[in-house]
Amino acid sequence: MSKAGSTGSYDADALGWFGGAGAFGGRFMPEALIAALDELDTAWQGAMADPEFTGEFERLLHEYAAVPSMLYDATRLSEHAGARILLKREDLNHTGAHKIRNVLGQALLTKRMGKTRVIAETGAGQHGVASATAAAYLGLDCTVYMGEVDTERQALNVARMQLLGAEVIPVTSGSRTLKDAINEALRDWVASVDETAYLFGTAAGPHPFPSLVLSFVRGIGDEARQQCLDQYGALPDAVAACVGGGSNAIGLFAGFVDDPEVAIYGFEAGGDGVETGRHAATIFAGTIGVLHGARTYVLQDEDGQTVESHSISAGLDYPGVGPQHSALAAAGRATYLPVTDAEAMDAMSLLARTEGIIPAIESAHAVAGALRVAKERPGQTILVNLSGRGDKDMGTALEYFGLGTAGEKK
Amino acid sequence: MSTSTAFAKARAEGRAALVGYLPAGFPDVEGSIAALRVMVESGCDVIEIGLPYSDPVMDGPIIQAAAQQALDAGIRTADVLRVVEAVAATGTPTLVMTYWNPVERYGVERFAQDLANAGGAGLITPDLTPDYAPEWIAAADERDLDKVFLVAPSSTDERIALTTAASRGFVYATGIMGVTGTKQATAAGVAPLIARTKALSPKGGADLPVGVGVGVSTGAQAADLAAYADGVIVGSAFVRTLLEHPGDRAAGLAALAALTEELAGGVRA
Repeated sequence: MSKAGSTGSYDADALGWFGGAGAFGGRFMPEALIAALDELDTAWQGAMADPEFTGEFERLLHEYAAVPSMLYDATRLSEHAGARILLKREDLNHTGAHKIRNVLGQALLTKRMGKTRVIAETGAGQHGVASATAAAYLGLDCTVYMGEVDTERQALNVARMQLLGAEVIPVTSGSRTLKDAINEALRDWVASVDETAYLFGTAAGPHPFPSLVLSFVRGIGDEARQQCLDQYGALPDAVAACVGGGSNAIGLFAGFVDDPEVAIYGFEAGGDGVETGRHAATIFAGTIGVLHGARTYVLQDEDGQTVESHSISAGLDYPGVGPQHSALAAAGRATYLPVTDAEAMDAMSLLARTEGIIPAIESAHAVAGALRVAKERPGQTILVNLSGRGDKDMGTALEYFGLGTAGEKK
Repeated sequence: MSTSTAFAKARAEGRAALVGYLPAGFPDVEGSIAALRVMVESGCDVIEIGLPYSDPVMDGPIIQAAAQQALDAGIRTADVLRVVEAVAATGTPTLVMTYWNPVERYGVERFAQDLANAGGAGLITPDLTPDYAPEWIAAADERDLDKVFLVAPSSTDERIALTTAASRGFVYATGIMGVTGTKQATAAGVAPLIARTKALSPKGGADLPVGVGVGVSTGAQAADLAAYADGVIVGSAFVRTLLEHPGDRAAGLAALAALTEELAGGVRA
């Protein structure tokens, strides 16, 4: 068992720096929140060293969330791709994505710390739904901040959260999307920190969140590595995941980062194409800055003002990225490339028709990227994290593909 | 005049200093210069100029709205420095309050130099704590700039000692747990933090005044807090005053002068 929050050779130091002091990560936060972040750090380290906590976490993951997810040999897609594609089926987890792993870990930690309320930010609504689910299961009050634009395009997820007993607060400041939902959740937290835990939705934000979130999602990579060895007797040649904030990706990559023979690919949202400026390819096209408490790649203008990101996938529509990814990119250990909206939607359709699996549009970016990698690596094995299922995206698919009229073959 | 001289002068007069905040570029660049000059003329001892930022996590809706208006009108970091220069020319110590990323993007050395050239006194950094600030501390020390870090009711004694040791000009005590322009700070609520800050500062705080801000908006509050703090910092109330007079500059400035005088009376009560 790896130590808590480990990215193998890419661990944070005591101040939360990845890739050397001052490089990536850190903690750029109001002093009012520092005591809470220190308290969280201490409680988390203690919990991860306590077999009772880790045992309860493992039990919940298994009995409640259907983890470990299966590793599936996608033979029909592979035939199409010209390389062997293995899918890590995180889409089959309870609530439909990898995110349940993170929220169960953080919600259990909240109980352990004696806090009674959780807050969360959400973009597409997946982290909000997962947070509301864990809060319902563990008897915690839950408030979810969601950009007003997102509450409109993801109304179904708003309803799911409400049915689960959470309060959903539409955020009307700034660009009214995920980054503003994070701002508003931080503002809530400054005023409520005594009784409230902030369930951060991705492996980003101030120290210790990137390492803490990784400790709860790294099962993705650890399981996938072992499943590969058990089922196929060898490691894959490459692994691939989509990267918004980057929690599903870092969870997968952590399992392989110390296997130098395994290539690592992260696929960012290329939106309308990086050249149009309407994208969310933070590492590929951004610059180093500080956003939401960490130094990392950011989409920003010349004055350091955050630039709005664009993606057909709400879950990747974020102008920052987790600092571990920035460090892996800077070290050359992982390669980050953009996938456009159109490529992702093609991959969504292809996976549906070849395998009978409808992926989340986020995860379709990883599938599209893997198809590209397959061209460079014919006959090799590429493991893709299918981080979520596409049910939530049917509205977008309906509009994009012009579906929904029976009797008309598309 | 330096920030510490302004605090010392107020102390010699047996009162607290009044520190007033407005974001640069609100309602526009020239309008912010005019408004800040009115605040100086009407009794502010120290001026804080906000550098508008797209993601201000310590600010409530009032300052967010003003900063957004400035950004929508296209304010640049260079414009902020121009406002600093115009206000510093009055002789009143003028600091910049900024989230960290715009400084990092501009270049820490370059920002420190241009701030010093503009006559700025230093920086207040709401999302930069001393343990993550070695570059800024070095750049500020090289140019004799003030480094105003924050302490909060939640700060441990250890962190208050760290923060006060690294601060220069004054140390900013947040009056409430929360963001600007939302809840009201009370003397009873903030007195323990001020006492801890004094006790844990180098030389018992003899060289480091404590200013209280966040949650302070009225003359009566200023009077209550002045009994404990060396300075009283007001931001959202000034911004709100201007927001309430969107079409009428003269009326906005008159209301701003009246609020400044009320607060200046408060710190002398």
